[in-house]
Amino acid sequence: MSTTQTSVAVGAEVEPDYLACSKGWKSWLFTLDHKRIGVMYLIAISASFFLGGLFALGIRLELFHPGEDFVDADGYNQLFTLHGAVMVFLFIIPGIPAALGNFVLPLMLGAKDVAFPRMNLASFWLWMFGAVFFVAVLASGGLDTGWTFYTPYSVEAQTAVIAAATGAFILGFSSIFTGINFIVTIHKMRPVGMTWFRMPLFLWGMYATAIIQVLATPVLGITLLLLVFERLTGAGIFDPNNGGDPILYQHFFWFYSHPAVYIMILPAMAIVSELVSVFSRKPIFGYKMIAYSSVAIALLGFLVWGHHMFTSGESKVAAAIFSALTFSVSIPSAIKVFNWLATMYKGSISLATPMLYALAFIFLFLIGGLTGLFLGTLSTDVHLHDTYFVVAHFHYVMVGGTLFAFLGGLHYWWPKMFGRMYSEKGAAISCLVAFAGFNIAFFPMFPLGAKGMPRRYWYYLEQDFISYHQLATVGTVLLGFGLLGIVIVLLRSLKSGEKAPANPWGGATMEWDAASPPIHHNFHHTPPVHDPYRFDDLRRDPATGNYSRTDAAEPVSSH
Amino acid sequence: MMLTLAQAGEGTFWFPAQAAEDAAKVDDLFYFVLYVSVFFFLLIMTILSIFVIRYRRRDDSAPQKSPSHNTVLEIVWSVIPTALVVYMFYAGFTEYLSKRQPPAETYEIGVTAQKWSWNFTYPNGHVTDVLHVPVDENVSVLMTSEDVIHSFFVPAFREKMDVVPGRYTKAWFKPTMVGEFDLFCAEYCGTSHSEMITKVVVHPQDGPDSFEEWLREDSDFLSKLSPVDAGKKVYQMRGCAQCHSTDGTSGNGPTFKGVWGTERRMADGSAVTFDENYVRESILQPKAKVLVGYEPVMPTFQGRIKDDEITALIAFLKSLQ
Repeated sequence: MSTTQTSVAVGAEVEPDYLACSKGWKSWLFTLDHKRIGVMYLIAISASFFLGGLFALGIRLELFHPGEDFVDADGYNQLFTLHGAVMVFLFIIPGIPAALGNFVLPLMLGAKDVAFPRMNLASFWLWMFGAVFFVAVLASGGLDTGWTFYTPYSVEAQTAVIAAATGAFILGFSSIFTGINFIVTIHKMRPVGMTWFRMPLFLWGMYATAIIQVLATPVLGITLLLLVFERLTGAGIFDPNNGGDPILYQHFFWFYSHPAVYIMILPAMAIVSELVSVFSRKPIFGYKMIAYSSVAIALLGFLVWGHHMFTSGESKVAAAIFSALTFSVSIPSAIKVFNWLATMYKGSISLATPMLYALAFIFLFLIGGLTGLFLGTLSTDVHLHDTYFVVAHFHYVMVGGTLFAFLGGLHYWWPKMFGRMYSEKGAAISCLVAFAGFNIAFFPMFPLGAKGMPRRYWYYLEQDFISYHQLATVGTVLLGFGLLGIVIVLLRSLKSGEKAPANPWGGATMEWDAASPPIHHNFHHTPPVHDPYRFDDLRRDPATGNYSRTDAAEPVSSH
Repeated sequence: MMLTLAQAGEGTFWFPAQAAEDAAKVDDLFYFVLYVSVFFFLLIMTILSIFVIRYRRRDDSAPQKSPSHNTVLEIVWSVIPTALVVYMFYAGFTEYLSKRQPPAETYEIGVTAQKWSWNFTYPNGHVTDVLHVPVDENVSVLMTSEDVIHSFFVPAFREKMDVVPGRYTKAWFKPTMVGEFDLFCAEYCGTSHSEMITKVVVHPQDGPDSFEEWLREDSDFLSKLSPVDAGKKVYQMRGCAQCHSTDGTSGNGPTFKGVWGTERRMADGSAVTFDENYVRESILQPKAKVLVGYEPVMPTFQGRIKDDEITALIAFLKSLQ
């Protein structure tokens, strides 16, 4: 092992890293390097997140005060639609797999790249192409159907529904390409000695996610095509005026979009499994249960779409089955939380920024998950459906869960991606501000919704709801400042951050065997495979801050 | 005559007043899930905090050894949550069955939703834009939509059901509290979705404010009121007011102020005089002639409005000079 370490160090001097190995925009836009594609995705989804965030700010500022402040009802309907569509299709679905996954996944396998590098680049181009359609939507009358495109409203809406549906259709292919690539890469490119149950849990999460991306996304594509077809020809698929069934659309849509929730949350759980283990310096507790629960969640996630439709007039039998299946998903999620907790027991817990995000994730995801119980329960869902309670619930899961895990992963792999350490103090403060802001913004929406405030309302009844809305707006602004702080801290590190060692956190997975940042081909020699959660043979060198394996460290045997 | 109570009853931190028979049961189950959730949230956060403090990294030596799995523990923390959610499912399901299965005898009111107003049709054919119901009686609503999907939501009754074009959906409730309660549209339906709000008025069993008295009086308005006043009432109860103002401001539809007898330019370039026949046609076939600058979003009232009501409405429009 020590010889490999030396050769990496020597090699790093003679061979430039992946950022410096070639120059010019063409060397980026036409790169086949998974790391550069990951970085381009990171920039692209961050820009989308910024745009979606501006729409969110617009929503909250308008709602600070009942009645018209700076947008009218139509303007507000556009704001919440575009906020949802941009955040879901351009940010949160590609977010962790395409940006962080692309960068980390081959490194974790000790591989040079993903299985199909050209397909990987095509996925990014498709993302750009899909994003162009969303820009076209903004330029040509906007969109006011909600991100869900419910029929028959979306059939008769006067806004750019076809352009938006086409954009989402193309983005779907981008997602499918990433999924196929990850499945094949994990199946075929694991190094000798890395059996399925010696894979880092991040890879299990990526694998489960990829299955959903490949199996569910085509249904969204077909549904959106049918919607476009309906608008163009009046074929009568979804429009009751022509004999269609508007509820059929909801079934099709949620058959994709509920599994899509797991495209968002499984990678987040996968990151947290890595963070909790590394920053507690403890083998992950119940490795197999976490791995199996990822797959269980992915599969069960396909069978619960009807819980979005408990008040649609769905039959009682269907409602009972979907309710029961929905509860069944809650168990593997609960098991993961208990496993993370048990991992920390008797650990050596560091509160470095990535761990702060992991702890914030557990706090927020727990609230998001537990409030799901109120919505899976049939009789309470009838009251809570389509109110702010639901808005609060899914923001706790998608923002509190996915966004916080994404930020945790970003801070964790940032030194690997760019070879620089960020200001630990600035990063921790930004994390806490964002955490506080998020809770102030979204917690009041639980009682607000239970009191009866419906979602997607531009206007609201002043006397009952004003203080909740004002609190939420204040929280949103605070969350915005937290996010701004994160951007400043990370960008400053690129300019003036300390040089990062290869393994600054003491991770045992293979990406930490590569240099920071890695060379173009990741490794000079495929590093030997170690147990991904064995930390006791890693020692920190106080001079460099680097963790390296002691000479006693034995790679796992290759059978 | 009309009850002028504000939203009746006292709400709690979580809920508005319980104004229907099922509301208390829904709330009780909500509180059960809430207590379970709060318990587990506090338990996990407490343990997490203790671990973070107690096992904080002090030096870089390897942590203490501890098991990487524990079968008994793992079974316990799988089985207890499973048992709890099985109960939640069961309780929610049985209560849902009773919510979705109306009793044999109900007072049935027809509901028609349209962008962006509600029409409630009583068994005698009378139509209102505010829902009136008797207290302590089983009331069912048979609902359909003229255009897109809407949703009938009365928070005080804990009742919600989507209103879908091209099919009927049904809900029922038994109001237990006299007063006025909010009725919202809960399914996004376009521009004025958030103003598709009306009230449920729950009438007492007896006395001059009773439901029977109200229905008798209110149904009779065409013969009791002057044509202009009757027309004004039609304008209110049929939901015209949601889009057409009488004060000159422009909404989703053109205002009615000062337009009678004027020449109007249509979207197709033709000119039409705003007269009796134009008004009649626009109510029955709203998309036939659309004023320039407006979208053809008005639903048809064909088969839903009586000729006498159109006549009264015309009298009212004429009065708006």
